[in-house]
Amino acid sequence: MLKNRLIAVIIVLDGKVVQSIRFKHTNVIHYDAIHAAEAFSSWSVDEIVVLDVTRSPEGRDRFPEVLANISKYCFVPLTAGGWITDEAYAQQLLRSGADKLCMNTIFAKDPELVRTLSRRYGRQCIVASIDVKRDAEGIVRPVVNRGREFVDETPANWARRAQELGAGEILFNSVDHDGARRGYDIETLRQILAVVEVPVIAFGGAFTWQHLVEGIQAGCDAVAAANIFHYVEQSTKKAKSYMAEAGIAVRREGRFRPNPSPVQ
Amino acid sequence: MSGRVAVIDYGMGNLLSVMNALNRVGVQAELVNDPDRVAEFDRVILPGVGAFAEAIAHLRHSGMDAALSDFVGGGRPLLGVCLGMQLICSRSEEGGEHQGLGWIKADVRRFDGGAGLKVPHMGWNSIDIVQPHPVLAGLEAGADAYFVHSYRVIPNDPSDVLATTDYGGPFASIIGRGHVIGMQFHPEKSQDVGLRLLDNFSRL
Repeated sequence: MLKNRLIAVIIVLDGKVVQSIRFKHTNVIHYDAIHAAEAFSSWSVDEIVVLDVTRSPEGRDRFPEVLANISKYCFVPLTAGGWITDEAYAQQLLRSGADKLCMNTIFAKDPELVRTLSRRYGRQCIVASIDVKRDAEGIVRPVVNRGREFVDETPANWARRAQELGAGEILFNSVDHDGARRGYDIETLRQILAVVEVPVIAFGGAFTWQHLVEGIQAGCDAVAAANIFHYVEQSTKKAKSYMAEAGIAVRREGRFRPNPSPVQ
Repeated sequence: MSGRVAVIDYGMGNLLSVMNALNRVGVQAELVNDPDRVAEFDRVILPGVGAFAEAIAHLRHSGMDAALSDFVGGGRPLLGVCLGMQLICSRSEEGGEHQGLGWIKADVRRFDGGAGLKVPHMGWNSIDIVQPHPVLAGLEAGADAYFVHSYRVIPNDPSDVLATTDYGGPFASIIGRGHVIGMQFHPEKSQDVGLRLLDNFSRL
């Protein structure tokens, strides 16, 4: 049977792994992105997402190299996102080892680009990053441009629109829940799950392994976290054991040994 | 002697992943887009992500189809991955009816979907071995591999099925006839399981 996935998100600022709290990235975590990817990959994570939160579009030039280095140690699917605003850069990320492209702002600013990329690389290659935030009236609404601009839509309609434009998957995040340690925004996730057919990944707010379980129990296909995985040895492996004990179908690992002798 | 592996570059797919995985298991591999060079190699991997029609057109246009046919005809091992597995079959219904390379007699048809079955079939799913084969050496029952596909292979001859996976019923996830092997999942993205399968292929 198809398994529920556990995804580690690595947030990269100028080539360094950083912590994210309400979409602010100040704390540098003291190892580089390659070490993080290598650790997660060997701790039985099912997928890795690398998001470039470099502050200016000019700064994005270093990211493909970071990605290419990560991909040498990553033998699970690798998604890349941040500053994808044109076809050439999208292609550069794919050539640097990305299997999927994660995009947010262009769903609002340049929907034709989403359509074009989806047609060219297939729907499975396009991950819509849908961020939400509570507005001044307390209503949860989608945001783009790293949480700065509201979109005049409900989260559910925005997710449906992303699917129509060619997204094959949705990575959901909430600015208010990011780094807040109280679990995912399950209520908004449920609204999105009710209207889309593509897989939905819960992200933003997981602080305990139980939060991961709650995301799957709400109906998400996959659950993701960033900050919590960086500080515990074997973190993603422990998280999956917890999920398995809670009755969630997760990928079995460590069932395959290398051939005893090297290839001649 | 494992010899050298040619990874066919025909403008489709994430080739870097395949090269990285082969590198990891210590296999000497090279990207090859010139059909005249295929004969220099001992093994071929035909990767692929994308649409069937476009891929087969690329192979025919470049003459790669004939070069690969000669290679396979000489009895050397070839592994088709994902779309590459579908390309080695007789025909596909993706985007109209298209003829494939035809080394394994099989049809490629879309998943029916419905009943909560999302298409594409995406994620980790278990591989159930149907018959033993050297390429499956060391694979334990129920090992998981990473799939992303909307179409699946239906072989005419059940004896070409090496392993199945369940998604709204069993479908062929590994096929093989002689030294021609197809894997519907991505071994290069299936961690230890996939690395071992690639290692096994390099020893066929």
